Amino acid sequence: MSEYRVKGKTGDWEVILGLEVHAQISSKSKLFSGAPNDFGSEPNENVSLVDAGMPGMLPVINEYCIEQAVRTGLGLKAHINLRSVFDRKNYFYPDLPQGYQISQFLDPIVGKGIMHIDMPDGTTRDIGITRLHLEQDAGKSLHENSNKYSYIDLNRAGIALMEIVSEPDLRSPEEAGLYLKKLRSIVRYLGTCDGDMEKGSMRCDVNVSVRKPGDVLGTRCEIKNVNSVRFMIKAIEFEAARQIEIIENGGKIDQETRLFDSTTGETRTMRSKEDAHDYRYFPDPDLLPLEFTQEYVDKIKATLPELPDDKKARYIKDLGLSPYDASVLVADHATTHFFETVAAKHNPKLASNWITAELFGRLNKADLEIDASPISTDKMSGLLALIEDNTISGKIAKVVFDKMFESGKTAAQIVDEEGLKQVTDTGAIEKIIDDIMAANPDKVAEYRSGKDKLFAFFIGQVMKVSGGKANPNLVNELLKKKLA
Amino acid sequence: MSELTNLSLAEARDALRAKKFSAKELTQAYVTAVEQHNPKLNAFITVTSEQAIKGAEASDKKIAAGQAGALEGIPLAIKDLFCTHNVQTTAGSKILEGFKPQYESSVTEKLWAAGANMLGKTNLDEFAMGSSNTTSYFGNVINPWRAKDGNKDLVPGGSSGGSAAAVAARLCLAATGTDTGGSIRQPASFCGIVGIKPTYGRCSRYGTIAFASSLDQAGMFARNVRDAAITQTVISGHDPKDSTSSPKATPDFEKALTGNIKGLKIGVPKEYRVDGMSSEIADLWDKGIKWLKEAGAEIVDISLPHTKYALATYYIIAPAEASSNLARYDGIRYGLRVTPENGALNELYCKTRAAGFGKEVKRRIMIGTYVLSAGYYDAYYKKAQRVRYLIAQDFKDAYTKVDAILTPTTPSAAFAIGENSKDPIAMYLNDVFTVPTSLAGLPAISLPAGLSANGLPLGLQIIGKAFDEETVFRIAGVMEEAAQFKAVPQGVGV
Repeated sequence: MSEYRVKGKTGDWEVILGLEVHAQISSKSKLFSGAPNDFGSEPNENVSLVDAGMPGMLPVINEYCIEQAVRTGLGLKAHINLRSVFDRKNYFYPDLPQGYQISQFLDPIVGKGIMHIDMPDGTTRDIGITRLHLEQDAGKSLHENSNKYSYIDLNRAGIALMEIVSEPDLRSPEEAGLYLKKLRSIVRYLGTCDGDMEKGSMRCDVNVSVRKPGDVLGTRCEIKNVNSVRFMIKAIEFEAARQIEIIENGGKIDQETRLFDSTTGETRTMRSKEDAHDYRYFPDPDLLPLEFTQEYVDKIKATLPELPDDKKARYIKDLGLSPYDASVLVADHATTHFFETVAAKHNPKLASNWITAELFGRLNKADLEIDASPISTDKMSGLLALIEDNTISGKIAKVVFDKMFESGKTAAQIVDEEGLKQVTDTGAIEKIIDDIMAANPDKVAEYRSGKDKLFAFFIGQVMKVSGGKANPNLVNELLKKKLA
Repeated sequence: MSELTNLSLAEARDALRAKKFSAKELTQAYVTAVEQHNPKLNAFITVTSEQAIKGAEASDKKIAAGQAGALEGIPLAIKDLFCTHNVQTTAGSKILEGFKPQYESSVTEKLWAAGANMLGKTNLDEFAMGSSNTTSYFGNVINPWRAKDGNKDLVPGGSSGGSAAAVAARLCLAATGTDTGGSIRQPASFCGIVGIKPTYGRCSRYGTIAFASSLDQAGMFARNVRDAAITQTVISGHDPKDSTSSPKATPDFEKALTGNIKGLKIGVPKEYRVDGMSSEIADLWDKGIKWLKEAGAEIVDISLPHTKYALATYYIIAPAEASSNLARYDGIRYGLRVTPENGALNELYCKTRAAGFGKEVKRRIMIGTYVLSAGYYDAYYKKAQRVRYLIAQDFKDAYTKVDAILTPTTPSAAFAIGENSKDPIAMYLNDVFTVPTSLAGLPAISLPAGLSANGLPLGLQIIGKAFDEETVFRIAGVMEEAAQFKAVPQGVGV
């Protein structure tokens, strides 16, 4: 894979990226209170006394969230820390009722791990995971509704987040995008986060720095709240160009936190290093250190589903798929599910070809996700069944597929209505062959005298006369016999 | 003084069950006493007489139906740090003036479930920060005791000064307190009553306004050891709403009062004979040692070598936690809000907190913020945590040789209001004997053991092993018997 370089006035630049992803844990209730997690509730509907920071209220850990964090850590092949500590991160803001966020600072629940990303050329890259820690979300400040007041919605306050930090191992916007997609795929496989960036259940901060290839690391800037893969790529491209321009003009990069503006596609200063908060982290005395046994971890490990990397390996080895098709099929939980449902009843290779080539092609053109596919697994299965039992040929199947995609009808319905059923009646095909041979005695003679290439002419004629419905294998077989 | 208000809690409990008088009569006697004496003592911030009488009527019905709880019909006072449903809860601070929680603390919940009734919410140092009850926004509490040689108003100790004064002045049968560095034991000593701080984790902190979470612990004030044991039993126990509360079962502490301490080994730590200890206090301690020996206990000289670092450690850890715990009082959701003219958020925070917090609270928030700051954390907070561990280790080592430890509770008797107010360090020294126990999370009791030359009560402290309140109560019971402390405060004409 050729290395990503940004051209500057003074030559090529390398981009160094690290991601901090906040993934909201899929759980019924919040990290330290019993309040529900429902998305889309009325403002301040899901707020307990604890979430509102009422006097004398105490956090109590939600055990399910711990389990989800451990699951995610295992999915990232990371070290699980049997002892971790919750710390208070102190700062004042109206949507932070306690005046501190409970997080994990020095002793996170999950330590170092590794993630493989599949590059488009079929190679893989290993990206280091620095850590995963648990923390609670803050509420939301709403400034739009009034020019005099700000409103506070505490529904999000206290919701469990996993902050997943990568090593600065990513080297291009594309890699960063693949990393984010892979991470999303893993948490979806695990069921620990729904990965929905639009709803904000997955949010991303990117650390960007540039250097001349081989140089020491440059000063980084953190770009906050990049909330889609597309925006992230845009933000990185803009930020790298900005930094290169500054350095090439003799300037210095200030370490700072920047905000991406999706309307302009630019990043701008949010706060400089000098304005950075002193969060005064210290262990939360309301919570005991979080301790569990290796047996607990092993128990969770035993319930892990087959993850993308393992699935990919199995598809290649056991199902005979190409590495590229396998990585496409495992990249997304919904796709995998679609494939496995169909492949369970049919030749997996046939299923893979139809899904990766035909279905994805049509979905991409229509800008649809697989969840919204007009061709369901059942309908896809119906089509493959007709191919496999020779009711239709592969060629006809493509026609049927297009009609299915547009009409939503089943393959059987379309074949029926349009009379596309393959002719497998030997007598009928023999009759066609006889007629064609009778009409082309010269061609028959030429063939018999050694002009093998003419075989294709006879096939073409038979298919033409049958309207493409004659079973190609039968045609092949019968023609050979008759022409011999 | 009414006959009824002079009964002990155990006597009142038994008499109520024997229907010698009604809960309503008993409660009315206390309501009258509060009305009569509170204006002078200022022990209560909020008086809830109506609620107390209503509760007493309900208790009488329960007693009649044979469904009396452990504290059925007993009128109590509650430190205004415990959140009480729909009753103003202030923590002694302007910032919470008028705040009425829509929830009940676990400790008070247990008391009401046992049949007790609330006479009111008692005054305290603001957010429990103080040793004299002179930092309350709602005014000083006056100790019901008077020195022989003068007529100055004395402090009741702090921070639970209102509860201690109320119990001593017979304005309630018992009262809740909280102890972070001595806030139950020191006022108990100054007011001539019994105060128990149980092991950290014995009582739930849910619904108790936090000062320093790793130290705060609820306990009881009573006029004798038995009453303290009865009430402490009720408020103890695991609470799933407090992760730091212990799952250990609560023994019946009253049953621990066997009167037999033969063969127990009691440690006397040499480090507590501090420079400048008054001969009065030294003599009191010796008297205590003598009583224990006479009761068949063995006295063992022990060493708690890190004692001298305890105060410094405490005044780093407690303010650090407080600076974070008190961040929620920001004027946004409840309590005082001072709206700035320019409408700026930071101004709102500054103005609200400047107006809402008193001087001592501000001092501790600043100390706490400082010791947690980048660049100072290791030198202060982290080091203090290490020393705290060593102090706890001192006690662990000592408890391989002894069953309990005897010390004075305070370095002096109650002092006059204003006396230590110029020098905060002098004020902090009041906690010198109580703070190490708090840092180690151990149970300790203070009981009145004698009078100073000036006629003021002096207390002795018994410190136990973790979750061994039973031994603490048992020894206290024996010492109480030996001390025969019968003096009563003169200040309110009891």
